[in-house]
Amino acid sequence: MNTGGSVLLLVLLLVPLVGSLAVAPLRNDDRAAKRVAFGIAIIELTLAGVAWAMYSVADAAAGTRFQLEFAYPWIPAFGTSFALGVDGIALVMIALTALLVPIVMGFSWEEKLPEGRSAASFFALLLATEGLLIGVFAATDVFLFYVFFEAMLVPMYFLIGRFGGPRRQYAAVKFFLYSLLGGLVMLASVIGLFVVSGERLGEGTFTWAELQRIAASVPESTQIWLFLGFFLAFAIKAPLVPFHTWLPDAGAEAPIGVGVLLVGVLDKVGTFGFLRYCLPLFPAASRTLAPLVLVLAVIGVLYGALLAVAQSDLKRFVSYTSVAHFGYIALGIFAFSTQAFAGSVLYMVNHGLTTGMLFIVVGMLIARGGSRLIADYGGVAKLAPLLAGTFLLAGLASLALPGTNSFVSEFLVLIGSFPREPVYTILATVGIIFAALYILWVYQRTMQGPVRGTAVLAALGGPGDGPGTMLDPAVAVKRRGVGFPDLSKREIAVLTPLIVLIVGLGFFPGPVLDVINPSVAATMSEVGLTDPVGGVSR
Amino acid sequence: MTAVLLAQAPLIEAPPIDYAAIAPMLIVLGGACVSVLAEAFLPRHQRWPVQVSLTLVVLACAGITLGVYAGGNPAGLTTLGDTLAVDRPTLFLWGTLLFLGLGSVLVMADRSVEPGGAFLATAVSRARAAVGGGSGGGPGGTVGPEDRDYGRPGEAPTMQTEIFPFALFALGGMMVFCAANDLLTMFIALEVLSLPLYIMCGLGRRRRLLSQEAAVKYFLLGAFASAFFLYGLALLYGYAGSVRLTAIAEAAAGSDRSDALLFGGLALLVVGLMFKGSVAPFHTWTPDVYQGAPTPVTAFMATCTKVAAFGAIMRVLFVAFGSTRWEWRGVLWAIAIVSMVVGAVLGLTQTDIKRMIAYSSIAHAGFLLLGAMTITEAGTAGTLFYLLAYGFTTLAVFAVISLVRTADGEAGHLSQWAGLARRSPLLAAVMTFLLLALAGIPLTSGFTAKFAVFSAALEDGMAPLVVIALVASAIAAFYYVRVIVLMYFSDPAPDGPTVTVPGAFTTVAITLGVLITLLLGIVPSLALDWAGGGTFVG
Repeated sequence: MNTGGSVLLLVLLLVPLVGSLAVAPLRNDDRAAKRVAFGIAIIELTLAGVAWAMYSVADAAAGTRFQLEFAYPWIPAFGTSFALGVDGIALVMIALTALLVPIVMGFSWEEKLPEGRSAASFFALLLATEGLLIGVFAATDVFLFYVFFEAMLVPMYFLIGRFGGPRRQYAAVKFFLYSLLGGLVMLASVIGLFVVSGERLGEGTFTWAELQRIAASVPESTQIWLFLGFFLAFAIKAPLVPFHTWLPDAGAEAPIGVGVLLVGVLDKVGTFGFLRYCLPLFPAASRTLAPLVLVLAVIGVLYGALLAVAQSDLKRFVSYTSVAHFGYIALGIFAFSTQAFAGSVLYMVNHGLTTGMLFIVVGMLIARGGSRLIADYGGVAKLAPLLAGTFLLAGLASLALPGTNSFVSEFLVLIGSFPREPVYTILATVGIIFAALYILWVYQRTMQGPVRGTAVLAALGGPGDGPGTMLDPAVAVKRRGVGFPDLSKREIAVLTPLIVLIVGLGFFPGPVLDVINPSVAATMSEVGLTDPVGGVSR
Repeated sequence: MTAVLLAQAPLIEAPPIDYAAIAPMLIVLGGACVSVLAEAFLPRHQRWPVQVSLTLVVLACAGITLGVYAGGNPAGLTTLGDTLAVDRPTLFLWGTLLFLGLGSVLVMADRSVEPGGAFLATAVSRARAAVGGGSGGGPGGTVGPEDRDYGRPGEAPTMQTEIFPFALFALGGMMVFCAANDLLTMFIALEVLSLPLYIMCGLGRRRRLLSQEAAVKYFLLGAFASAFFLYGLALLYGYAGSVRLTAIAEAAAGSDRSDALLFGGLALLVVGLMFKGSVAPFHTWTPDVYQGAPTPVTAFMATCTKVAAFGAIMRVLFVAFGSTRWEWRGVLWAIAIVSMVVGAVLGLTQTDIKRMIAYSSIAHAGFLLLGAMTITEAGTAGTLFYLLAYGFTTLAVFAVISLVRTADGEAGHLSQWAGLARRSPLLAAVMTFLLLALAGIPLTSGFTAKFAVFSAALEDGMAPLVVIALVASAIAAFYYVRVIVLMYFSDPAPDGPTVTVPGAFTTVAITLGVLITLLLGIVPSLALDWAGGGTFVG
């Protein structure tokens, strides 16, 4: 493979990684560290914008699988090269990553870190995670992908374990071991793929395009073994239901900003992996094992939603809603239609935005009340109407109200899945009702009604002369400026881009779908199926 | 007639010797002899500087000679009447041994971590000192000027320097061991490398009883293993009528002899070799000896002995038993599984860091065995690379361990490592990196090495073993991660250990280990090509 092509992706990969090394030594000057880190994140976002602009939808539609390619031979003995490239799916994921990181930084600006931890290392780790995530999405070499896939565990592990909540050690280790186990099983498949390619091509390779070319000729039994190795890793990462138990712990104990990155982007690596690796590289196995995945997906939708209803902890609640959402994404992927694929990819983006926002708003609430329990809040809308409003918007987007971004993607997934998998689709539709239940019920309990709840009252300086557990609204409003302020300017600035995108993509999903569509059509032909209804969604 | 008979009478002819090929070995053994003389005739205060510089010069000279010889890309050859084979694996192993030996000697030579160095006097005076030190001066407890450990008040503590000739002899033995082309030479080399090691284990300045117990245990079990080896050798001689590896292979190719002798001999031989490589179930000495021996010696044993032992295992299996591999492989499958599982699972329960690394080495021995029993070129290259990678990581790990100390020696107990990152962020970062390398996380040598070995094993049809190996890696990762958790996420113990500022020697050793671990993880091509440049000659 020749050196060359565009270095843009390489720059995109290196900027945050080098930036992270630059930020880490600033441990004595938190302000400088934050500013440098934020600046780097903004540069990265700009670069991602440039990549988006340079990506040609027409070329993709004409059959160019990857664009902005960069390749350099790396370890010839393993047949691996440092090969980067994006298709539409990877591009939107990279854009999402680059967008969420500065937002997370903005949110975490005044975050109280555990004693003895410096903001410099927190921001440096965030940048390292960003760089490795971009590597995961941009790699077009399976070995390189695996390297980033495993390496990104390390900064995330430290982010959870060093900066998280009271049970952070447990959560971090659980996260690490789950992911590592999945990763190592995947390694067996990665090596197996190498051996298989050696048998077919004479010399083993890890280049995705080469592997895809020989994919159809690999016997199905071999494919199934290899598929299962990849699938386990991705199912743990995404999380599908029996493998999801690490997520609520990690989501609950991670600092909010890290939680946003965790469910917003990092977990998408799993669903991205389904689309990029499982389906095109093991088409026969994917078709054969699809029912198995669909069962897990639908269980995820329903079980995740039911557990979300039952949660008493706000962060665990958001984590479980994600489990349900990942069920939809997996459903769309394994229903094999371009519409459902496009819906799933769009869902991946939208879920990053809506759940990210939900996490952030919940984080703002927790920052005021100091408690994660739903029962400790009540009547917040009277004190902080903007906070309540944004919470409602994030919640409605999360339950896929028409007019919000999630509606488009959820609708595409369901409508695209129905022709091939009517039973599973109908079952998954029930999840929408649960979604309305869990979102609205939590909103009602925390935001509506009289001002109450121990966290709120404590923040306001006790119930005063009110009747015990509630506070007279007039008194509450008088005191709120001190103990329970509404959104600050910084917080509004953090939320604004998310709100704009949530509403904007709700009405105009076109630009994103245009980028996604040629790539999902390519994926569709790689699986070796044709659309049950035909046509590309719009 | 008599003239004819005389002409046919066997004349003992001196075999031709290729001095260039075996020069590195001769330099090391010759240096060891000079070192003994220096120990005997130099005044006490001159010994340390002379011994250290002599040892380093000898190792450097041997390394340069080896480099010059190997630079000419020589074909593999046998010399000294076919008793030694100098082929590519030999050259690679010699290079690895010299390099690792250099690193270990640096750690041994350090006198700033433990004032006066980690080693104590000769056996006789040590016995006296032990009694005296234990009971506060009983009969024979008068500590004479010859065996005081910290010298007279106001005088710099001295260090016993026998350790250097011992190390050189052991190293020379190891070099012969992995180049030996007949079993008798191999046996002699085994003894030459083992005897100095037994003594070195008992030289600890601190915790003498533990150190002596380790020495006795190692000696008794080692003698036992040697006896097994010798018996196996005898059986194989009975089978093949020769102790040369190629002669055994030739004999095994004909089918008119008793297989019982062949496989009985192989089994006994393997027991002896596996003992040295600390492969379970022949591992029982490993944790005790690793824990009891002075840490620099443990570093030496854990790295160099392992390299030599696996070099010999590979040569025996490849050259002598390659043609019969389908008959013995099942047994080695079982041994590899036992070793991986024992190392991974029992490592979980350890509370002493050196014992933990000992169990880790047992698990790694299982992984190495996977590569060693492939009998393919890829397997040989992978195993050689693994030995190099593992050796440097482990060397640096032990060097780091020797720095974390309490008032009465090294802080062995894991709980004492809590919160180390707070006190010494750099050391904790280095240790974390090394532990991640042992766990096999990408971008470290541990990953590339695992990949090389596992892909060779999978190519050779050992898929179940590879999966078990990966699961074992995941289990073993738990105890590496536990140390990271302790260092980073726990609060420091109030009377915790201090981190000694390392002297120049230890710093060099740690830097070397970390750099090579990183380089082999990112740009392994050079070493991989070297390891794969040729195979065993018979």
